[in-house]
This record gives sequence, C-alpha cells and structure tokens, in this order.
Amino acid sequence: MNLIVLLKMVPDTVEELNVASDGKSLDSEYLRFKLNDPDEHALEEALLLKERAGGKVTVVALDAPEVDDALFMALAKGADRAVKIPADQASLGTVATARMFATFLASGGGQITPDTLVLPGSQAIDDLEGEVAAYLGEALSLPYVGVVSSVSPVNGKVVVLKEFSGGMRGEFEVTLPAVLGIQSAEKPPRYVPVAKVRAVMKSAKIETADIAPPESAKALAVERMYKPEVAGRAQILEGTPEDIAVRIASLLAERGII
Amino acid sequence: MSTGILVLVEHLKGTMADITFEMLGVGRKVAAAQGGQVHAVLLGKNVAALATRLGAADSVLLADEPSLEQSSAEVIVPLLQQLMAQKQASLVLLGGTNASFGLGVQLSARMKVPFVNFCKGARVEGGSLVLTSQLFSGKILSDVKLADGKGIVSIYPGAFPAEAGRSDKTPPVEKVAVPPGSPKVVFKRYIEPDTSDVDITKQSVLVAVGRGIQNADNISLAEDLAKTLGGAVCASRPVIDQGWLPLSRQVGKSGMSVAPKLYLALGISGAPEHCEGMKGAQLIVAINTDPKAPIFDVAHYGANADCLEIIELLKEAVEKKKTK
Ligand SMILES: Cc1cc2nc3c(=O)[nH]c(=O)nc-3n(C[C@H](O)[C@H](O)[C@H](O)COP(=O)(O)OP(=O)(O)OC[C@H]3O[C@@H](n4cnc5c(N)ncnc54)[C@H](O)[C@@H]3O)c2cc1C
Ligand SMILES: Nc1ncnc2c1ncn2[C@@H]1O[C@H](COP(=O)(O)O)[C@@H](O)[C@H]1O
Repeated sequence: MNLIVLLKMVPDTVEELNVASDGKSLDSEYLRFKLNDPDEHALEEALLLKERAGGKVTVVALDAPEVDDALFMALAKGADRAVKIPADQASLGTVATARMFATFLASGGGQITPDTLVLPGSQAIDDLEGEVAAYLGEALSLPYVGVVSSVSPVNGKVVVLKEFSGGMRGEFEVTLPAVLGIQSAEKPPRYVPVAKVRAVMKSAKIETADIAPPESAKALAVERMYKPEVAGRAQILEGTPEDIAVRIASLLAERGII
Repeated sequence: MSTGILVLVEHLKGTMADITFEMLGVGRKVAAAQGGQVHAVLLGKNVAALATRLGAADSVLLADEPSLEQSSAEVIVPLLQQLMAQKQASLVLLGGTNASFGLGVQLSARMKVPFVNFCKGARVEGGSLVLTSQLFSGKILSDVKLADGKGIVSIYPGAFPAEAGRSDKTPPVEKVAVPPGSPKVVFKRYIEPDTSDVDITKQSVLVAVGRGIQNADNISLAEDLAKTLGGAVCASRPVIDQGWLPLSRQVGKSGMSVAPKLYLALGISGAPEHCEGMKGAQLIVAINTDPKAPIFDVAHYGANADCLEIIELLKEAVEKKKTK
C-alpha cells in the first residue's frame, strides 16, 4: 500500500498559552511545540498496515517549529520517506493547508495510486476551520471517513472502525484510494529510543517539495482571541497532601458517599 | 436579510441526541434576531417518528431510507447542498460530534462559505453573527464574525441550553429525495461497547485517571482506592490509547457519559472532549498539579497536588473514617 501520513506540530497545552499583543493570535514567544496526538496514532496505524499488508510509508509536513524532529522520529520508527514542504504552517489557514497537500499529492511528490491511503490525524487542537482530512477528501474527490480507530485491508478495500458516542463504533467498508482521519491506532504508538533517532538524523535525509501556497484561500478572520474567564467553580483545598486527603475523606463522609 | 437556517438532526440508533435541541435553540435565537425559517433536516433509516419531537423547527425535511442508516459525507453533503439551495439557507448548524465530523468542512468547500468549528457562543451584533469558538483544548477562545450571516457552524455539545430547542408543537414534514450515487463508503454494522468487564455508567463512585497517572503500574493504585471507595476506575483517552485500560473505561466524547455520585479526577486536564462525558456528576473532585487546568472549572472541589501522593493518603484517610 502507498501510505501517506501528514504530521502537524501544535502548541503543547501543558504550557501556559498567552494571546499576542494584536489580540488575534497566540503569543509565540514561549510556545513549545509537539506533534499533534492523533498524528502519532496515524503514523502508528500506517506502520502497522505496512507490516501487515506491505507497502511504503511517507510522512509529509509543512514547515513548523521542531518539525524536523518529528520527521526524523517517524523515519526512525520505520517510515520510508519524509518530505517537508517549506511553507510556514502558522501563516496558512486550514483550507490553504489542505490545498497545498492536495497539490503535493496530485503532483509527482506524493502521487495517488489505486492502493493509496492518505492518513492525517482526525483533528488538531488549534483549528478554527475544521479538519484537513475532510478538505483533502473533497479536494481530491476521494472517499473520506473521520474519527477512525482501526483500518484493515480486505480484498483491495479497507474495513475501518469509526467512533461514535457512548463507546459505540461503526464498521464501514471503504474503496481505495481514500483519506482517513485517524483518531487512534489499534496499538499504542511504538517507542523509539533517542539514540536511534540520532542515528537516523545522520544517515537519512528529509526531502523538500516546493509547493506554492494558493492565492485565494483566505483564512477566517479572527476578531478577537482571549482566554476564557476562569469559572473558578472549584473550591480549592489547601494544605499539605495529608490535609487534602483528610479534607476529601470528610467531604465524602458528610455526603454519605463513604 | 438572512433566510433559511438548516439544522442537521442528530440521532443514534433511534434515540434523539440532546445536541439536536441545542442546535434548534441556537437556530431559533438567530432566526428571532435576523428573521428567516428554521428547517430541521432529518436523515436516517426508520426515523420518520422522530419528526414529532422537532417542533421548535418551522419545518422538518425528511429523508427516510434504508441506505441512510449511517451515511457518509459523500451522501449527506450533496443532500445538504441541494437543501441549502432549495431553502435559500445561509446558515447550517451541525453537531460538533463524531457522527458529523467532516461534513461541515466539505459542505463549506462546496458552497464557498466559511466553516466555523468548536462553536460555543453565538450572538447577533449590528446585523452580523458573532461566533465564539473554543480552541487549544478549551484554553483559548476566539471570536469570528460572519458578516453576511453565511456559514456552516459546528456547535459544541453541551454549550447551549437544550431546553431552548424543545417544543410540543407538531412541525410540518416535507419529504426530500436523496441524490443518486454509488457510495465508496458503505456502512456495515454497529459494534457495541463491551461492558462485560465493568459498566462504568452504572457505578456510583468513579476514580478517573488521566495522563497525570504517568504509567501503567500506577493504575493498580487507583484501583485499590476505587475498591476502598466502593467504585471503579475509569479514564481519559490517552490512558486508553496507551492500552493501560480497556476502551469500555473511557469517559468523554467518544467514550461513555457518566453521572456518578462522586467523580474523582486524578491527573486529568479537563479537555472539552473529556468534560462532555462527566460534567453531570453530582460531586466532582479534581487533583491536578497545574493550578490553571480547565478541570477546576467543572470540579466542585480541587487541589493542586501530585495525584500519586493523594491516592495513597486518601485511601488511608477513607479507611480511617470508615472504621470510626
Ligand atoms: C474527536 C475527539 C474525540 C475525543 N474523545 C475523547 C474522549 O472520549 N475522552 C477523553 O478523555 N478525551 C477525548 N479526546 C481527547 C481530549 O481532547 C484530550 O486530549 C484528553 O482528554 C486529554 O487527556 P488527559 O487530561 O488525561 O491528558 P492531558 O491533557 O495531557 O492532561 C494531563 C494532566 O495531568 C496533570 N498532571 C501531570 N502529572 C500530574 C500528577 N503527578 N498529579 C496530578 N496531576 C498531574 C497535568 O497538569 C495535566 O493537566 C478526544 C479528542 C478528539 C479530537
Ligand atoms: N501544517 C500541517 N502539516 C502537516 N499536517 C497537517 C497540517 N495541518 C493539518 N495537518 C494534518 O491534518 C490533521 C488535522 O489537522 P487540522 O485540520 O488542523 O485539524 C492533522 O492531524 C495533520 O495530520
């Protein structure tokens, strides 16, 4: 199979996020970036499919802070090709991003063969305008399913599981080529030792694909960005861990829970 | 100025989802400010009977066919496109749910109108529709304006009152035809969650663990505490994705919705997708090392502490209380 995984760097929300002085964007000074969670799963699912059905895994990303690390990490885990499109992710909206990937895939760079599966993460956390995966399906006229948590090749097609609510999943049969937004892989993403990533950094190369950003795809104009008012609903229990534990136990006893 | 507002009705296996009423409420609010009619679009297999519950809409547009049991974007999007044209709809409201995932994006691409995701606030201001979206797992809000009121909007579940969209009226029903096609995505069957292990929706005490629990070995500590409290352990998505607990223990958007007497959240940040499944708990106590974690906005009580430390100490404290 021709497996194409899209990797996106997103601000790590474990760090404090602040709004820039323009009041319309994030203050980038102290932002730390990490690979979008679902993308890690998309890569894992691709590697599992390669192990099961054979094929090649290509990872593609637009330029972003620390993106090289993510691309090398993917190569170290078993991806065959890593491609960077040198356009700044931050300056593009979702629609423009999707168009660039569509151009990449329609050109020689990615190439959609009859056994192609394009695997973006189902969703990134920074997204006002929705999901690249669905735009890509639309732009490439390929079938699309989102929130996918399992992919199995069966007779030249794939059977996928999509998550609904309440733990319910739906099984769908999808004709290839297709775009699947991956929410989680069948197995936890594999671990790769840092030493191996370092070795790959020395031996492997990240390819570059020059794709011009589309002119017309304007992003939604944000009027104002701000932090939510802290509802501050929780009454904070102070003191040593011992004090806190005793307070909680008393609360539970008062309410007849214990 | 605005004309039609379409609301895509959400239901799963014959049950209407609350998000439908939340969306109808938003539709009514916008229609009251800008004028126009609200049309509920009801698609599915054997769903005609659900129409009677959609009285908050001015009309129900119904397509009831076996092929629509769980249809994919390639069937729903052309249909919505056709209905937008027919009803001169400028605004389409969709549920921010897994079921509707991706529909808005594709419809917006075809209709060349903006798509706004994660919407949890809507107001009409000087003739424009101003939408508030929640980004970065609930840590940032952003306002966008739909100047001519045109757009496709994905409504965040639980953000708007469902009551505003309920009505006893019987709406007129209009049948609509599904455009022909041979879909490349075909629904096969539902797979029910396997709750043979523990059904977390039936527990009155839940000890919930998140990424802050750090590793698989620590799960057993939470299990001991749950046993002492007479309950079970459940988890946020990353814990399940790591394979530390089975899927049946996941709480949230894709997992279970729970409403126990006690929900003890340990090392859970409180992302909107998680809170969606637990905000109805009677008593929520959260332990998190980050004083700014959004979980403290839904919790009743909280503490900034290491959950691993608290687990052991709380178990002792509870045992002491019980023997008194
Ligand atoms: C379509 C979709 C569906 C989703 N469905 C679900 C779902 O059903 N359920 C769900 O949960 N998520 C779901 N998510 C994921 C969700 O967005 C969050 O990523 C997830 O809930 C985060 O889990 P977490 O709080 O455990 O991890 P994190 O967000 O990483 O938070 C970990 C927290 O632990 C704290 N911490 C760290 N160490 C300690 C310590 N020693 N003691 C105390 N606190 C500590 C940190 O301060 C942090 O707040 C979904 C996402 C998408 C896009
Ligand atoms: N700039 C980007 N570079 C690489 N992949 C991206 C980019 N933007 C989006 N994607 C992919 O599309 C998925 C959904 O992202 P989004 O549409 O931003 O929610 C991500 O998980 C990535 O797989």
